[in-house]
Amino acid sequence: MRFDRTPDQEFFRETTVRFLEEQAPVATLRGLRDDPVGAPPGYWRRGAELGWTSLLVGEAHGGGSISGDGLADLTLVAHEFGAHAAPGPLITANVALSALAAAGSDHAATIAAGVAGDARCVWAHGEPAPADRLGTVTCTITPDGDDVVLDGTKRPVEAGAEADAFVVTGATDGGLTQVLVPADAPGVTVTPLTTVDLTRRAAAVAFAGVRLPRSAVVGPLGGAAGPVRRQEQLAAILCAAETTGAMQRSFDLTVEWAFDRYSFGRPLASYQALKHRFADMKVWLEASHAASDAAAAAWSADAPDADARASAAKAYTGEFGAELAHDCVQMHGGIGVTFEHDLHLYLRRITWDRVVYGTPADHRQRLAALLIGEAA
Amino acid sequence: MSAEVDTTTAEPVEDFRARARSFIGANLRAVGRRGRGDFSRHLPDDEELAVVARAREVQRLLWNHDLAGVCVPREYGGLGLTPAHQQALNEELAGYEFPRHLQTPTMSPCMAVLLDFGTHEQKLRHIPAILRGEEIWIQFLSEPSSGSDVAGALTSAVRDGDEWVLNGSKVWSTGAWWSDWALCLARTNWDVPKHRGLTVFMFPIHQPAVEIQRIEMLNGNREFCQEFMTDLRVPDTDRIGEVDQGWTVGIRWMFHERMAMAHNEPVMTWPADGAAGFSGPTVLVDVAREVGRLDDPVARDLIGRSYMTSLVGEPLQRRLAEGMAGGHLSDQAASIARLHGWEVDKAAMTVPFELAGAAGGAWSDADDTLFGLGQGFLVRQAIAIAGGTVEMARNVISERVLGMPREAASDRDVAFRDVPRGPTGRP
Repeated sequence: MRFDRTPDQEFFRETTVRFLEEQAPVATLRGLRDDPVGAPPGYWRRGAELGWTSLLVGEAHGGGSISGDGLADLTLVAHEFGAHAAPGPLITANVALSALAAAGSDHAATIAAGVAGDARCVWAHGEPAPADRLGTVTCTITPDGDDVVLDGTKRPVEAGAEADAFVVTGATDGGLTQVLVPADAPGVTVTPLTTVDLTRRAAAVAFAGVRLPRSAVVGPLGGAAGPVRRQEQLAAILCAAETTGAMQRSFDLTVEWAFDRYSFGRPLASYQALKHRFADMKVWLEASHAASDAAAAAWSADAPDADARASAAKAYTGEFGAELAHDCVQMHGGIGVTFEHDLHLYLRRITWDRVVYGTPADHRQRLAALLIGEAA
Repeated sequence: MSAEVDTTTAEPVEDFRARARSFIGANLRAVGRRGRGDFSRHLPDDEELAVVARAREVQRLLWNHDLAGVCVPREYGGLGLTPAHQQALNEELAGYEFPRHLQTPTMSPCMAVLLDFGTHEQKLRHIPAILRGEEIWIQFLSEPSSGSDVAGALTSAVRDGDEWVLNGSKVWSTGAWWSDWALCLARTNWDVPKHRGLTVFMFPIHQPAVEIQRIEMLNGNREFCQEFMTDLRVPDTDRIGEVDQGWTVGIRWMFHERMAMAHNEPVMTWPADGAAGFSGPTVLVDVAREVGRLDDPVARDLIGRSYMTSLVGEPLQRRLAEGMAGGHLSDQAASIARLHGWEVDKAAMTVPFELAGAAGGAWSDADDTLFGLGQGFLVRQAIAIAGGTVEMARNVISERVLGMPREAASDRDVAFRDVPRGPTGRP
């Protein structure tokens, strides 16, 4: 999270913090463990009223940013979502809304309902193994007269079971196409999955000959490679920002513990073997802040290095977020691996964000490809 | 220094840039990526001296064309311009030779310390000479008995009238054998705790009372030196800062050293393409291509990870600078960049070697991309040691940034002469 926040951004962020502290304190999160939606009733709509869903959607669609840089504003929310292990489909809903808005005015009603929090439209992109590498798309979207036909499976789809509609990425004659699919369309089968996160839900969504009118296509038929790449970057950046928030909270809790916990007559914080590990964690934490914010700035500017910066942020926070979270558990000792302690709430979120929208290994492959391309 | 610049009358940055560009195109030699300095190929001494002579010549050319000392005040021969001007020069120098041998330690930390603590006369005597390429400086800081514990210096300086008499030994001075002046930390009082009995001096290196020995590093590099001062006489007018207040100077000295290592020092000239050190991530691609592993997913994972780590470096530096300037982070937070920088450099020294396979262990003069990768790997830890070890950085981060309790020390509040300096007998 950047240091140079405007007063408006800071007010916006604090409003979200207050809301999360009231509506989703850790006791509530624990209680949602087996809840199918993973959020208190009315929670998402009220979050939408705070602005969680409107930042990447232009004013023409009823959205708007706080600072003029919608993603910079949204990363503040993502950061607090990580720091509070907050419920709600923040990342997938915003990517889907951003995709619809970027494609023009064809899906205004869906956007309006999504921005208001009345309906949930999510992005269905990742596919099951062996098609689970970042950027691999085997679902097909085939033109057929005035219709298109969608076939294939997406998994895991964040918030898939509660979604009202999906933006699905598929292949058309060697190009990519995205299509807006109502969750109740014939041929759509949603199977809820169990996730590592306490409140973030996911599903496998199968599309068997799902027939849709051409008007369901989002953007150009067969020409969606560029927008999909932007969406992949966006999802990676939001995961990185959320992970950084969860890292910050884990680290703060653990530093406090190191001062309070005495062993052999002195605080843990006085042992050099542990101090040096805290130093390493501090490096990972500050580097994660820096990498996430740099990636967000590059995305907003549509900079030439936006792809590399997004992948660097996702790969770095995925790798070192998990390292930091596990080290925080280690510093706590036995209490750190209990359900009673809060640490696992953040470890879970870090772990979830690590595996969706490309693992660290996937993003390292993408970085290598970018570097090889640049150097050629 | 830049605070003194009157931006209403100063040369506009773009005018300065255009002037620099035309000078560079007309006077300086273009160099390839490897021309920045291939540390695995060691030059014979005569060639090394020729390279140093050229560096002095380039510095003199910069001076002659009003491009030397961009951020140095005009009264000391500089241009009195801003870091933005220096940045423009650094950008224009990308792809060209530059006076590498006069940057660090000469411009920073040595000249930077002179600017901070020197008297008006001292500055007048040395800074224009440095900017003309006539004086190359060296730091006499570390000692054989004290590496990380710099303030534990044993080199002694005893007052004798208007002079001081120095005795002791300094080590890890880069290129002392072709340098001119030394900045030296010495002990002037043994009856007070260690930080309160130090004083800083300057003197010419090439004189009978200073013996210079070269040190051969494990990769064959002979840049580093050790010096022995025997009854070296230094006039009191060449003392920098107050007597016994040398640690005040020393703290700034090491601050400048860290900034210089991070190429983040406005009094230094450093081409924008040289900031990543001698092995940017594109070198990895060259090596992988050379050994036919460009399509190997394992190789690509190593390449991707190195690229990731290096991409994080610049935003991290910027974040830390903003955090320190805005009071969000301790001013000791620069150690965070030092520790991350080690991860970047470690990968830069390890991954090419790893990609090269057996060619990392055996090469010939005919090799280009694969030449000497094993040497780089062997000497890798030097980066984790030079300019403050990563262990010291971890102490600084945990104690000064996170506020954790300091390590126990046996030299606090004790007269330095009573501090143990070795085993005192074992049971």
